[in-house]
Amino acid sequence: MTPTTERAARLEAAAEDRILVLDGAMGTMIQERRLGEADYRGEAFAAHPVDLKGNNDVLNLTAPEAIREIHLAYLEAGADILETNTFNATGISQAEYRLEDAAYEINRAGALLARQAAEAVEAKDPARPRFVAGVLGPTSRTASISPDVNDPGFRNVTFEGLATAYRRATEGLIDGGAEIIMVETIFDTLNARAALYALDEVFEDRGAALPVMVSGTITDLSGRTLSGQTPEAFWTSVSHVRPFSVGLNCALGAKELRAHVAELARTADTRISAHPNAGLPNQFGGYDETPEDMAAHLGAWARDGLVNLVGGCCGSTPDHIAAIADAVAGVAPRDVPQLPPLLRLSGLEAFALVQ
Amino acid sequence: MSDVQNLQGRFVNIGERTNVAGSAKFRRLILEGDFEAGLQIAREQVENGAQIIDVNMDEAMLDAEAAMTRFLNLMAGEPDISRVPVMIDSSKWTVIEAGLRCVQGKPVVNSISLKEGETEFLEQARLIRRYGAAVVVMAFDEQGQAETAERKFVICERAYRLLTETVGLPPQDVIFDPNIFAVATGIAEHDDYARAFIEATKTIRARLPHAHVSGGVSNVSFSFRGNNPVREAMHSVFLYHAIAAGMDMGIVNAGQITVYEDIPAELRDAVEDVILNRRPEATERLLAIAEDYRGSGGERAKALDPAWRQEPVAKRLEHALVHGITDHIEADTEGARQQAARPLDVIEGPLMDGMNVVGDLFGAGKMFLPQVVKSARVMKKSVAHLLPYIEAEKTSESRSKGKIVMATVKGDVHDIGKNIVGVVLQCNNFEVVDLGVMVPCAKILETARAEDADMIGLSGLITPSLEEMCYVAGEMRREGFELPLLIGGATTSKVHTAVKIAPNYDGPVVHVTDASRAVGVAGKLASLEQRDAYAAEVRGDYARIAEGRAAGGAQRSQPTLAEARANKAALDWSGYRPPRPSFLGLRSFEDYDLEELIPRIDWRPFFAAWDLHGRFPEILEDAKVGEAAGMVYRDAQAMLARVVEERWLRPRAVIGFWPANARGDDIEVYAGEERAETLAVLHSLRQQMDRGDSGRPNLALADFVAPAESGLADYLGGFAVTAGPEVEARAAAFKAQQDDYGAILIQALGDRLAEAFAERMHERVRKELWGYAPEEALDNEALIAEAYRGIRPAPGYPACPDHTEKWTLFELLDAEAKAGIRLTESCAMTPASSVSGLYFAHPESRYFGLGRIQRDQVEDYARRKGRSLEEMERWLAPNLGYQPASRAA
Repeated sequence: MTPTTERAARLEAAAEDRILVLDGAMGTMIQERRLGEADYRGEAFAAHPVDLKGNNDVLNLTAPEAIREIHLAYLEAGADILETNTFNATGISQAEYRLEDAAYEINRAGALLARQAAEAVEAKDPARPRFVAGVLGPTSRTASISPDVNDPGFRNVTFEGLATAYRRATEGLIDGGAEIIMVETIFDTLNARAALYALDEVFEDRGAALPVMVSGTITDLSGRTLSGQTPEAFWTSVSHVRPFSVGLNCALGAKELRAHVAELARTADTRISAHPNAGLPNQFGGYDETPEDMAAHLGAWARDGLVNLVGGCCGSTPDHIAAIADAVAGVAPRDVPQLPPLLRLSGLEAFALVQ
Repeated sequence: MSDVQNLQGRFVNIGERTNVAGSAKFRRLILEGDFEAGLQIAREQVENGAQIIDVNMDEAMLDAEAAMTRFLNLMAGEPDISRVPVMIDSSKWTVIEAGLRCVQGKPVVNSISLKEGETEFLEQARLIRRYGAAVVVMAFDEQGQAETAERKFVICERAYRLLTETVGLPPQDVIFDPNIFAVATGIAEHDDYARAFIEATKTIRARLPHAHVSGGVSNVSFSFRGNNPVREAMHSVFLYHAIAAGMDMGIVNAGQITVYEDIPAELRDAVEDVILNRRPEATERLLAIAEDYRGSGGERAKALDPAWRQEPVAKRLEHALVHGITDHIEADTEGARQQAARPLDVIEGPLMDGMNVVGDLFGAGKMFLPQVVKSARVMKKSVAHLLPYIEAEKTSESRSKGKIVMATVKGDVHDIGKNIVGVVLQCNNFEVVDLGVMVPCAKILETARAEDADMIGLSGLITPSLEEMCYVAGEMRREGFELPLLIGGATTSKVHTAVKIAPNYDGPVVHVTDASRAVGVAGKLASLEQRDAYAAEVRGDYARIAEGRAAGGAQRSQPTLAEARANKAALDWSGYRPPRPSFLGLRSFEDYDLEELIPRIDWRPFFAAWDLHGRFPEILEDAKVGEAAGMVYRDAQAMLARVVEERWLRPRAVIGFWPANARGDDIEVYAGEERAETLAVLHSLRQQMDRGDSGRPNLALADFVAPAESGLADYLGGFAVTAGPEVEARAAAFKAQQDDYGAILIQALGDRLAEAFAERMHERVRKELWGYAPEEALDNEALIAEAYRGIRPAPGYPACPDHTEKWTLFELLDAEAKAGIRLTESCAMTPASSVSGLYFAHPESRYFGLGRIQRDQVEDYARRKGRSLEEMERWLAPNLGYQPASRAA
């Protein structure tokens, strides 16, 4: 389905006009607040049978003020698109905290919080719309990799199980006011295909589609996803939904990610997004890249015509986003190329029937 | 390597051994639950070159859904199998859906049909779109399977409309299987089955844009079970015609096919009669001779032995090599092998001695390319005979001078030059890994690494390939390569290599002008002693060129676009009455008479392709190259005779005329004579060199069409012609027989025939179709000298270097449907033996070279075309008279 909403049209127009800025890390910002078990539980889950500390997504319900503040900080830094705090909010991921039944509410609250922040800031500067992308994360399970080394044919999650969880999460995101759906940090493309399948179902049920952003993760320097696909094969596997953008995020810093974003930019006939980590993790698991370092990389990508949307992933802060927004201001977005209509298929590698 | 694999890129072979219905072994393994062994079969198929793997578990004794899920899940854990896409094959939708839930790549569903009506068809198609898969559609509807060409097409067309319009599947994701049924069954109604498939294929490819055609080939020969030679001949003949008609995928067992050329003429004729249903008694005739071929290859009688046949075997091999004679090569090789201690000694002894003689003669300018290529053919055949013995002995690797990975870059389909260079390098004891045409960068680098190559050679003919070469060089740097990079091909140059390619890479980058130079360059780069010094020398040389160009670039001032426009060609429109073409719109020509084209061949470029330079026919008498020229000319004539007699090629063309007027530097093409609706806008570029006081204009093609403000009703024509896709199929068949000489010869002739065809169509345009010069009487030489009125410039050539104008031209001409010519992503035409362009009729229209243009014009041009400046700068890179803001990816 093609998105037809007024907000989708504004998003298209904004993307035509400039490189759009995504926000930065949510987890890093929550971590800084040093919240305790009681903060995570709030009143709603005071008597919950298992510990909730570390379940960042539940904060949408139990500590909404903290999340709203983070969203506002990113908007002030110059983000055009907020990502909801719902990375682990599918029923599958929440099951680890025995909160699978709260998945819909967590997603709805997540979208609502981001939307309130975005609307407040947009009201002050109506010429510049601020959008909310409802995030569907990868879940904690993989549909095409066996967790059991002795049985490579075994799976601990099915396509149907994933699609059901994603459908529920999407309902919450849309009801909360998300204007874009972002399937991100994809390390197994089969999980993403289940998410995209679910999205198409929800859009059809509601008779209205939202723009979809798809962002994969290259997990090591070999340039492949965890499930083994090349960037072009990954793009081929998700291109059927004609997404608003495709891109890469997380896992690597900008320096290491560049070649793979460039490869995607060469092969994908849609917009390109990139939100790398603030460098590779250091020996303490932190991230060292300064706002200036990161902005220098992403600014160069922009000038080289590689990207349409940029932002930050793990380790990035509002300062990083401000520097990035500054670096790409005034630089023209990448032209979306037209590709010849070839039969394109993929396994781990891309295939095109050359005519 | 089989004939089928050689057609890769044009024809995709689907591996079918992991199909319980197609392989008894696989069926047994799966029924026994031995999925591990089943995986091994999948792995072998990928290793043997299957580009897609078909998985089918339709077997009454199996839980097909569970088996499909388990097998695909296991395959996902095997990167050497799952690197290729999967075809999920079942007649049960629930099994297909189980499969769709297991693959992370984009698969193909095989298959759905209208058998149970539209509702079910649409429901399944919508799910296929939702899952993100391509789909095979059988020509099957509520009435049953389609048997006639007409019904096959009608069903496919109906399915096509439903899929592309109602469901919204991209047409390129639709693959039709118009049913291959057995012929020669003795039942008269079956006689037309194969022909009907081929006809339906032709119609589907012509009228259902971007859709594909597939099928299971072995069905066709079912009635000859037990007689493999006849079955193989039937498969080859069927494929030969079906691929030419547009079949581009299929299930073919590589072991069950022979080379079309190798089929004895008698058998081939009889099989062709059956496949094409050419005579009522065809089946009887094939049955009558079929027994004679069971278990035989059809040996031919041997010619009488001339004097050199009396020499000792080493001398005979040398004679065969120098004279390019293959007749006795296998017997002689076998003779030498029996005398030698080890089979490798034959290569390192008599064969290398013979090739050294060839190399010396070539180096001394006493032998020329065509002869060397023929020698290589003899060498290849001989080595092919020895290989099994060498492998059996498992001796150490042969001592080659070096290994070179060669490829025509992504987006380009031209490979005559590359093939010649490859052959010459092989003659000189280099090991060549030829990746073919349209090779993506990653594949080149991957192969270079896997093969531990000593150097990489890139080739390309069209200008966008230059950009791709820069990209490959950049990727080589990024991936930390150090090995030398050789650049060759018609549009490449030392200056471009020095200024644009070399700076992207830290290793040696060398431009190679021709095949004879390639050996010297490769030799130096492969030599430990010479490599560094030579690389340093080239690098210094190129650095000077780059500096010189940077320094020289800024000196001369060029006029601005506005100034150039003020100096446009001042044609006097007041006294001009534009001639009206005899028709408006499109006209296509199928299977054009080859005998009309052959006399119009311009032979000079044909000889140039073989590095033989000179005027024709004088070149045949030339003291130096006359002998070589005469030989290749005689071979060309002999091949042309077969081309005509055996109808090897089916040239096709489409031409069109439209009302048109110039508006500024653009040409507006109108839908009708009232000139109200603009069909398309063609954009022309204007010369921007400083004309000083010379009085010469700054030309643009738009100057030759009456401007809209003149009020004149002018016209524009366009054309696209091709010698036919059969050229490449034929070349592949030659290569499969180790006959590079034949392959290069047919490709070179294909190119010449396409040019001759363009020339012939232009002549007809002038005399009858546009008809502005009905009295013109020119001989072939005057034609080649272009002594006529009107021009036919081609996008991508000097007057109009922007290849992307072909997008507009091809759309206007509907060139893919009407003439079977498509554009690659770099705007190369495929089939490669094709020519396209525009027709201008004005008596003052003439060819010119655009030269260098400035930023103001490129900005204006990009704006007119609605494309970004950066994109147009990429396409126009060779013509930029300024340094664009760099946008290296």
